[in-house]
Order: sequence, then structure tokens, then C-alpha cells
Amino acid sequence: MFDFLKPPVLSFQEYLALAGRATQNVVRRPFYGQDVLLQMDTIGVGSIPITILIGFFSGAVMALQMSRALAQYGASGEVGKITAITLVRELGPVLTALLVAGRNASGIASELGSMKVTEQIDAMRALGTDPIKKLVTPRLIALCIMLPLLTVLADFIGLFGGYMVGVPLLRLTTGAQYWTSSYQSLEFNDLGQGLLKPFVFAYIIASVGCFFGMRTTGGTQGVGRATTQAVVVASVWIFVIDIVMTRIFLWIAT
Amino acid sequence: MADECILRFENVSMHFDGDDAPALDRVSFNLMAGETIVLFGAAGAGKTVLLKLAVGLLRPVSGRIFLFGRDVTELREQEWYAMRARAGILFQEGGLFDSMTIEENVSYPMLNQKLVEIAPEEVHRRVEEVLQFVGLPQTMDKFPSELSGGMRRRVGIARATVTHPKLLMYDSPTAGLDPITANRIIALLIKERELRNTASMIVTHRFQDGHMLATFRYNPQTDKVLEASPEQREKLHTRFFVMKDGRLVFEGTEEELDTSTDPYISKFTMQRV
Repeated sequence: MFDFLKPPVLSFQEYLALAGRATQNVVRRPFYGQDVLLQMDTIGVGSIPITILIGFFSGAVMALQMSRALAQYGASGEVGKITAITLVRELGPVLTALLVAGRNASGIASELGSMKVTEQIDAMRALGTDPIKKLVTPRLIALCIMLPLLTVLADFIGLFGGYMVGVPLLRLTTGAQYWTSSYQSLEFNDLGQGLLKPFVFAYIIASVGCFFGMRTTGGTQGVGRATTQAVVVASVWIFVIDIVMTRIFLWIAT
Repeated sequence: MADECILRFENVSMHFDGDDAPALDRVSFNLMAGETIVLFGAAGAGKTVLLKLAVGLLRPVSGRIFLFGRDVTELREQEWYAMRARAGILFQEGGLFDSMTIEENVSYPMLNQKLVEIAPEEVHRRVEEVLQFVGLPQTMDKFPSELSGGMRRRVGIARATVTHPKLLMYDSPTAGLDPITANRIIALLIKERELRNTASMIVTHRFQDGHMLATFRYNPQTDKVLEASPEQREKLHTRFFVMKDGRLVFEGTEEELDTSTDPYISKFTMQRV
């Protein structure tokens, strides 16, 4: 009766097994430090320009939207506060994660998928290397380090974007007030979720990208399919986990 | 030939989820040290599955597999990494890492296999030596995509043999190649087999490949592969297997294969030139 549930349950079980082994390998020898650095460069440094761009515009548009709403209550001076809280708690982590998911979950899935269909993964196993240790774990570590850093960058650039709109463009407040209210509005709870969320999102992006890459079948068409699935699944999970984590942090705050 | 049994299959069966027929159906054989097995079979007959089972890339559903005298049927993946250091495999598509140079590809097993202990300064020399062996010394800094199909196979052979494994398995080393390149590759396999006395298993569709392996030997003085005399052929220890629908339907010498009246088996001997 519930046969239709078997494939997704089996896939989820396989995903957990892969993610579990990749996580265990973080503390197991041999360590592929060079691979981690290479992935940090490809995934992290490579994503900086687009993170700056998206961070700036998300902060700017936030300030722009808020300017009208705040004016209705005569609270235009609070633009820094609103922008800071929205960016650090929500927009920074989620937008950066979605961006990195689009850019890197696809990249990881297609790279590993191509290796799978051209027997390179089998060759790696036959040559005495654990592909999970060599390919999955370095990507997991690299993303878990780089995504929080990228998020911090996106948050800061976003605040700067908000400043550009709120202060020189719309003259809602003064520069000093903008930065002071932004700084003072942030609590440890905000910073906690602002840094923990990207860490968890990074884990999801890397593990989902690797999972779909490693189970690719069916030649180049299969690689394309794996790539699409990786981005879609990673993005959906980012939203699901986001709401769960937000609820937890709100519960902690009260 | 030494009596050491390198690889032993006992009623090994393999079945993939979703398939009606088994990929391998109760296959049993022994591969002894210094022996060569030439494996023929139509596409989908189970040849690649057999090779992958032998090095633990797949797990059988029933039967037992012994590698270097050890029962490896239930071996955990982590334990397999050490076992595989003693077995080299050439994949159908070469399986070269396309983001690494040829030097990095060939040195990979020396730097990543736990049991292989080669000093770092020795690695480069060994890569040079083995690329010289396969006739591609000038390709060190190239990437696999810059090489032709035949050259990639030769690099694959270099990578499989660089650690001097006791068992070598080649999956269709001559598929899709012109006869000249194909013969060159088979000559390399003969040279490797005789210089190191390795047990080899070669999957192929071409009868000529099997014929060469059964009747040619390497002459170290002239560095050439020449036709062996009838007495010498005895020492080549080459056996022929034919697979059909996952089963081993023939096992014997070249003469027995040649004289077989089975319509399926004789299809492989008819294509000779």
C-alpha cells in the first residue's frame, strides 16, 4: 500500500549514510588538506564577487522598501535598525545560501556526476582511495568554513547598501545614527542565528550536491538531471531548515 | 607457473535491483599466478561485472570470492583499500582523472595507496619509467583530454601497472581502436605479463587479441613481441573464457575455442583476420 514511499525513503536513507560517513571522515586520517584549500578557493573565494553584488542590492532594496513604511510611523531614523536585523537574521544567510546553492551545489553535483559516469569514482576506489574522504569531506569542510564568512561579508555589504539608500540618497537619517542604530539593535541571539544558519545551510548544500553527484547514472543526461535535482533539493531544504531554526531561536529569545 | 591461486570465484552470482535476469549467474573459476585469462562475451554478458566483483567495486549476492588466498566476499570497504593495492585494473573508458595531468594520474596510486611505500623523490622517476614503458614519455604535463583514445588507454595501463601489482585486469583495452594501436596495446600487456609474471585477466571482443596473448611472447633482447614456438606457448598459460547472459559457457585453450561448434562461441572465432 505504501510502496510509493519506498524510493524517497531509500534515497533519504542513502543520503544520511553518505552525510554520516562524510562527517565521520572529518576526524579520520588521511586528511586531504590540499583538497580542502582548493575547494575553499573555488567555492568561497570564487563566490565573493556575486556575494558582494547580491548583498549590496538586498540591503539597498530593504532600506528602500522600509523608507516608506517607516515614514508612515515617523520612524524613518530606524532604517539602520530594520536593515541590520533583517539582514543578519534572515536575508544575509538565506540569500547567500541560495546563491551558493545555485552556484556550487550544481558545480559539485556536475563535477562528481561526470566523474561517476566516466568511471573515475570507481577508478579512485580501485586505486585505494575512499572517494567520500577524498571528494565529499573536503567540499563539506570547505563550505562549512566559507559560507559563514561569505554571509558575514554579505551582511556588511548589505548594511552598506542600506546606508547608501538611507543616508546619501533618501536622507532618512544621518550616517552616524544609521551605523549606531544598526550596531545597537543586534543582539547575541541575532548574531548566533546569523552565523549558525549559514553553517547548517553549508552542510546541506555540500552534502546534497555530493549525494546527487555520487549517485549519477545515465551519461551526460544523468549529469544534467543530478545538477538540477541538487539545486532544487538544496534550495528547498534551506527554506525548511530556515523556518525550523528561526522558530528555535525565537523560542530561545523569549 | 606457481601454484599460488590469485583469484578464485566460487558460484558467484550478482543481481542488480530492477533487472529480471542476473548479471552474473553461478560463476566459478581459478586464476593462478602467472596465468592469463582472455574473457570473451557479447555486450551485457557480465564481463565488466565480473572484473568489478573481483576488486570489490561490487558485492555479490551469493557465492564466495577469494583474492590472494583471502576470502573477500564480506570485506568492508575500508579493508578493501589495502587489498586493491595488489591488484591493478584498467577501466573500459580508461577511468583517468580528467582534471589531473598525466604525471599526477600515474603517480596517484603511489601517493594514495596505504600499502605502497615509495619515497617521494622516487615517484617522479617511476612515472618516467612507466610512461617510457608504454611509449608515452613526452605526455607528462598533458591532460587526458589532450590525448587520443589509444594514448589514454596506454596511460591507463601505465597507472594500473606502476605499483607492480600481482593481478592485472583489463576491461576491453582495445575496444574502438584501430588494429595497429590495438596490437600495440596487447603487446604491452604481453610485455608486462612476462616481465613481472603477473596474473592477468583481459576482457575483449577481438579474437586477435586472445590469439596474440596465447601465441606471442616478449623478447627482452630485442624489446619486441614475437610469435612463440609451440614449446614456448605451453609456458604462456593462457586460457579462454566465454560468457553469455551472466554465465561462463566456455573454458578452455585456444584450440578448444577454435574447434567449438557452439554457434555463440564460434562467433568470436569467426571474426579473426
